Amino acid sequence: METVIAVLVGVLMASSVYLMLRRNLVRFVLGLALISHTANLLIFSSGGLQGTFPPLVPPGELVPGAGAANALPQALMLTAIVISFSVFAFLLVLAFRTYQRLETVDPDSMRSAEPVPAEAGTDRSVSGDPQ
Amino acid sequence: MAALGIPTARVPLLLRASVALPAALFAWFCSLVPRVSSGETLHWEIGWIPQQGIALSFFVDGLSLLFALVITGIGTLIVHYASEYMRGRPQLPRFTAFLLAFMLSMLGVVLADNLIALFIFWELTGLTSFLLIGYQHEDATARRAALQALLVTGVGALAMLAGFVLLGEAAGTYSLRELLAGDASLAGASNYPWILALVLAGAFTKSAQFPLHFWLPNAMVAPTPVSAYLHSATMVKAGVFLLARMSPVLGGTEAWSVTLVGFGAVTAVYSALASVTRTDLKQVLAYTTVMALGTCVMFLGLPGEAAGAAHSTAAVAAMAFILVHALYKAALFMAVGTIEHSTGTRDIARHGGLRHVLGPTFVGTALAAVSMAGLPPFIGFVGKELLYSSAYESAFGGFALFAIVAASVLIVTAAMLVAVVPFFGTMKQSARDAHPVTWQLWIGPLLLGLLGLVAGVATTPVFHGLVLPAAAAIAPVPEHFEPGLWHGFNSLLLLSLATWATGAFVFWLRPYMLSVPGALLDRLPVTGDRVYDATMDGIARFSTALTRRMQPGIQSRYILAVFATLALSVGATLVAKDAIHLPSQMPSVTFGEWTLVAVISASVLTVILSKSRLLAICALGVVGTAISLVFLLRGAPDVAMTQLIVETLVVVIVAIVLLKLPDFRNEIRQPLSERWRDAAIAVAVGTVTTLVLLAVTTEPPQLALTEYFESMAVPGAHGHNVVNDILVDFRAMDTLGEISVLVIAAAAVCALLRRRTRYRIDRFQRLQRRYAAGPGGARASEEDA
Amino acid sequence: MNTLILRETTRVLFTLILVFSVATLLRGHDAPGGGFVGGLIASTACCLYVFVADAKDVRRLVRTDPLKTAAAGLALAILSGLIGILLGGRPFLSGEWAEIGGVEIGTPLLFDFGVYLVVVGAVLTFVLEIKEPGAVPPPDSEK
Repeated sequence: METVIAVLVGVLMASSVYLMLRRNLVRFVLGLALISHTANLLIFSSGGLQGTFPPLVPPGELVPGAGAANALPQALMLTAIVISFSVFAFLLVLAFRTYQRLETVDPDSMRSAEPVPAEAGTDRSVSGDPQ
Repeated sequence: MAALGIPTARVPLLLRASVALPAALFAWFCSLVPRVSSGETLHWEIGWIPQQGIALSFFVDGLSLLFALVITGIGTLIVHYASEYMRGRPQLPRFTAFLLAFMLSMLGVVLADNLIALFIFWELTGLTSFLLIGYQHEDATARRAALQALLVTGVGALAMLAGFVLLGEAAGTYSLRELLAGDASLAGASNYPWILALVLAGAFTKSAQFPLHFWLPNAMVAPTPVSAYLHSATMVKAGVFLLARMSPVLGGTEAWSVTLVGFGAVTAVYSALASVTRTDLKQVLAYTTVMALGTCVMFLGLPGEAAGAAHSTAAVAAMAFILVHALYKAALFMAVGTIEHSTGTRDIARHGGLRHVLGPTFVGTALAAVSMAGLPPFIGFVGKELLYSSAYESAFGGFALFAIVAASVLIVTAAMLVAVVPFFGTMKQSARDAHPVTWQLWIGPLLLGLLGLVAGVATTPVFHGLVLPAAAAIAPVPEHFEPGLWHGFNSLLLLSLATWATGAFVFWLRPYMLSVPGALLDRLPVTGDRVYDATMDGIARFSTALTRRMQPGIQSRYILAVFATLALSVGATLVAKDAIHLPSQMPSVTFGEWTLVAVISASVLTVILSKSRLLAICALGVVGTAISLVFLLRGAPDVAMTQLIVETLVVVIVAIVLLKLPDFRNEIRQPLSERWRDAAIAVAVGTVTTLVLLAVTTEPPQLALTEYFESMAVPGAHGHNVVNDILVDFRAMDTLGEISVLVIAAAAVCALLRRRTRYRIDRFQRLQRRYAAGPGGARASEEDA
Repeated sequence: MNTLILRETTRVLFTLILVFSVATLLRGHDAPGGGFVGGLIASTACCLYVFVADAKDVRRLVRTDPLKTAAAGLALAILSGLIGILLGGRPFLSGEWAEIGGVEIGTPLLFDFGVYLVVVGAVLTFVLEIKEPGAVPPPDSEK
């Protein structure tokens, strides 16, 4: 199972990187959602996949029984999932507002913060002046 | 201000009330005078990290006390003055806070025991000074002056820090009390020249020594209370204080004397000359302040003719002059501020006959100016006599005496400029337009002027209470030191008479000849100010060029660089550590697992290749759901549940937002070469990730931490779900940080989406218009807002 | 989307899911569940409501600004950490337990409830703001 998951993580990683490299914010956002899945799966499988039972302590005992999964990566992931969701929501909104404001989803033509130097040619002039 | 339509009810109560702080501190320091003047050194310590022996400690000796009294005493008057002067200006709470913060940091400088603490307080005075000079931040001149003061003194302070570290290492202690105890001189240390140069760099920039004095006249764009407080009476004296403090440690050598006397003398004469050529009253005072600082530096450097003896009278002279200067200069600054407040201008040429309008201010100005000119029976006279006699007695006799007499002559002229020109003569337009001022604006100058007179008459208690204990911290004081107003007819008195006469003569000549040196000074080919500008331009040009190379502004290249670096660095590490373990045999995989992998891979391909946004979103949902199944199969129900619900929510919000974004039909078609390049990078990152995971999973996982959590779950955290125990008990601090991120993200989403942004922009534009309309328009629109 | 069936089912489901989310939260310390999961479940209930009614109705239903709910949750979590300091001078966020009527009550439960509120508040903020940005008080009412 470990080897299969490792290959799967590699495929997911490559796909999300490819999506994030597109000159399209929509695809970038999709890649971002995918890369957080990849990271979670990576953390989960690096903690070992031997256990198949939830790490619960049976009533009356002091430690989880044999075959319980590693609890530590689970705790890490649980918060990571929720956080990556919130960051994802934020970026989604950011992308949306950027599109509303600049009317493009091509990150390479968003030049407000780093405008094309004047002598280097035509600036589409989407400067930050809120007029 | 009432004439400008400011409702008088807007009294800055806060500023009024905050007078209490400096006043209370002043009273407390006054109560320390008897103990300190009898030779005691008081010492407090606030434990900080007692285990490491780190404590915040302060001490008071004669030197600190003199400065502390000046800081709090003048501070009381200035804050009181500011409460009227600043009435109706915007952002008074902030101004008050800065002023008081400055006062406390300045007290920190003079009271700190530890060298590093002294440095921190020193920097705090620089920062508060920056904020106060830049108070009128809409004004580009003010911003430039603030930044200039910050940078010049800041660079000096960094040099000083380096000097402190060298000094501390050489002496084996960072405590000033320990440094000063016993035979403190470091003159024999191997890196003494470095220590001296670095510490002097800090002191000279802070105390505006030529040629680094330029920031001080520029800082006059600050509101007048700030100029009166920081840039005449206190902050600029920090450098002088440091020199006095370091004198027993670093002084007494030829290098020390030559440097201090040389820089001090040039500064004093140059700035005294510059002062009488200025036409702005505040500039006149600013340059005389630089002259005073130069004088102090020079006298702290003067060596005795024979070892010991005359040195100490130079120290006494320097300390006396600090007191004299603080009294008259703060008074004159406040008076000039009052003139400006009343008439709206500081141009000397436009004033005349103001004594009819600003009577009490005139009296205060006259008293202070007489002390400045050094006439008896004022303390200024005593101070000047001391300067003359100790210069005469010193090893640098002729040179020092020439410098101080030349500077004093011009200071007499400057004093007359400030006290005579605006107040006497015929009433000019400015005097006819002037409005009388309330008592808050003239009480300060009057009090300080009178104090100069009282101190001159009661010389003995002033010297024995303040000046001599301060000088004793620098060098041994002669046993029977009796300063006084009258020393009989001697050559020094003649010199004083000559000084006054020449000063008056130069004042009389001023309209005819002073335009010449003024024009010369303005045409100097190289000035500190221009060098500063050139340096700043150079830095800006360099960073622009560098940024253009490093940051072309094309986002996809940044992302590409990040991922390429990731693949390369991780890949290189894997190779270097020989950590690539490929599985030797085909792993045994169940049919269910194969299905799962197939579904995930197919969905991912769909996300990449899909021409429809909806299809891509749905495929993304499938990926998430399938992954949550993996979690469920491998004993992580908590994670699986979370993942499943989050996946649902993601699809919901993505569906709402993405459908408002353009679809893929009009997408930019990237050339095939770019796609292959991106695909290569992507595959590289993917491969590296797989290899890392394989390397990790071939080793058995480190379970020590997990086992601890498992065994402590029931007895320690009272819970049977180990995952939840970790989240809310063992690692609750992490969870707290994580839910904070959630709240911040939610707030950020609100900030981006709520219509408030529109309103903010409107308000921003209104503010812009207001500033463009100038001060009158500003007030008008402020009221209708 | 806004069909009669969905509307009527939501009416029932909304309460049901909310009750279920609280149950998940409470049992979380001993069985799968907890603040994160419970909070997410509760926010799906609200999402469902967003589909049948518009954002305004949901805002009216939840009464407070969800962002404030999230902030309150954060405050609650911090507060639960302070209890240990106040009671026994133990480090921040140490668990304190007491038995009341045979039921063990501890500050971690309080903390988990804070997490629950933060998650509900934050997710609801995302969904509602994205669906329909909230109104802001007009400039005049600010002063």
